[in-house]
Amino acid sequence: MIEVNLLTKRYGGTTAVRELTFAVRPGRVTGFLGPNGAGKSTTLRMVLGLDAPTSGTATVSGSPFRDRARGLRHVGALLDAGQVHGGRTAAAHLGALARSNRIPRARVDEVLEEVGLAGAARRRTGGFSLGMRQRLGIAAALLGDPPVLVFDEPLNGLDPEGVQWVRGLFRGLAAEGRTVFVSSHLMSEMEHTADHLVVIGRGELIAAESLAEFAARGTGAGAGVTVRTPQPAELTLALRAEGATVRPDSDRADAALAVTGLDAARIGALAHRHGVPLLELTPRSASLEAAFMELTSGSVEFPAGDAR
Amino acid sequence: MTSTAPAQPAVAPDLRARFRDLLAAEWLKLWSLRSTAWTLFAGALAVLGLNAGTAWDHYRSWDRMSAESQRSFVPDGMPVLDAFTGNGVTFLMLVAAALGALTITGEYGTGLIRTTFAAVPARRSVMAAKVCVTAAVTTGFGTLLALVSYGVTQAILDTRGAGVPLDHPHMPRVLIASALLAPVSGLAGLALGAVLRHSAGAMVACLVVLMVLPLIVLDQRYWTALIDHALPYTAWVRLDDVQGTEHRADFPWTTTGAWTVYAGWALASAAVAVAAVHRRDQ
Repeated sequence: MIEVNLLTKRYGGTTAVRELTFAVRPGRVTGFLGPNGAGKSTTLRMVLGLDAPTSGTATVSGSPFRDRARGLRHVGALLDAGQVHGGRTAAAHLGALARSNRIPRARVDEVLEEVGLAGAARRRTGGFSLGMRQRLGIAAALLGDPPVLVFDEPLNGLDPEGVQWVRGLFRGLAAEGRTVFVSSHLMSEMEHTADHLVVIGRGELIAAESLAEFAARGTGAGAGVTVRTPQPAELTLALRAEGATVRPDSDRADAALAVTGLDAARIGALAHRHGVPLLELTPRSASLEAAFMELTSGSVEFPAGDAR
Repeated sequence: MTSTAPAQPAVAPDLRARFRDLLAAEWLKLWSLRSTAWTLFAGALAVLGLNAGTAWDHYRSWDRMSAESQRSFVPDGMPVLDAFTGNGVTFLMLVAAALGALTITGEYGTGLIRTTFAAVPARRSVMAAKVCVTAAVTTGFGTLLALVSYGVTQAILDTRGAGVPLDHPHMPRVLIASALLAPVSGLAGLALGAVLRHSAGAMVACLVVLMVLPLIVLDQRYWTALIDHALPYTAWVRLDDVQGTEHRADFPWTTTGAWTVYAGWALASAAVAVAAVHRRDQ
């Protein structure tokens, strides 16, 4: 279990993380979400004792991580896949890490096998692709068979097969009763990976709840019904007369309409009464992506200009 | 909360943390980089070349020397000076300092340092292990070079009947002083690397402290002499003084003082390297 309590980090005049409080529980995958620059990596570095908080505390399994003499048996961490020396082989990199924590050398081959790098064990990591480095970082995190695992943007650079594999791995680790904390700046990555979410923006907590609860927060930006008809003008008039909001569906290339304020059954009945044929009638629930965008829109560090 | 522990742990439960595991890990890290062996090999060739070259010059110019110069060659301690030259020792400092600095700046440059400190939150123990490994490797390197350099230079001078044995006056002191300048420089490099966290910056700082300062700080005034005498290279010059010229300087000092400078630099560098990582964010 990871517990963060009123955690604050200031660099000079700027506050990277402000009074964050949340807990990451064992037995499930918790996603750590926020736009770029939200303070995710800073928070993870404080959890791992690499950076000292300005105020507040972060504990892992009940004690500050820096108080441990050796770390790998307590927390496995992938902070940045680039954090290996390119001149060393994968086996040498993991071998030195294992040795420092009194972990038997045989474990190195086990984790390399587990992440699918057994064939590249004797190759220098400088020649690894980003995906291979992510796998190596995950192997390092698994070395000590720890109860708590922390991954910072682990899906970056992985191919679709790798993403599938990582999702399965995280679920498996959580099912074994471990605490799995995974950061990402993309909601779509977390949608099929996490059970629970901690969302931050500009260093402040926005939400800490289950995926379903988070989706329900979206005030309908994505919710509604998609309707396609050969007579859009007539249908729009009929629906508006009943109080619905009708817009062209911006997600669609065809002339579909996005309707909010009426459910699919009412829309179908109205179309029938007005003799308008329907080609499609699809209810859409609020997407996580939409909820995420909506909740973090006020906290994007460097927003792009309006799309033209 | 229902959580099931892994059926069978893949790794044995927490064992007592041992410093020697960190020593072994740092040893593995050092030698698993090809650049380590290459740096030491190329450095050794350069140092031996510089030392043997001076002996070779004396061998070649022997017949052109006056009979008086030939007679006073050994009494003046020339074979001892040839055994390890100022040029050779300057290059030795450079190689050892680079090795020490890269031990830590290589980790900062690649970001590996975070992996290292997340695996071993006891950061000062990691640095203490780096200090021990750097000191051991550079001492071994310096000692080997001093002995080989002695053998090669005296073999060259022997062809003119001017080689001297290992226990010749001042020879042990000069060889030990030359050998030990390697760990002194290596630890200084490690300390500067830990403070600056940047390879190029650390190398420039090493060059300034170990090589440039001894050239620009002169020993003609009391205060500048004090600073000059506190530098490792100047200490080596004092220990290499087999002709007694240092005694005639404005501010003479003893070989004991020079050895103390060696010890002071080694200990202070070790302390700085260990302390540098404790409070700062990584």
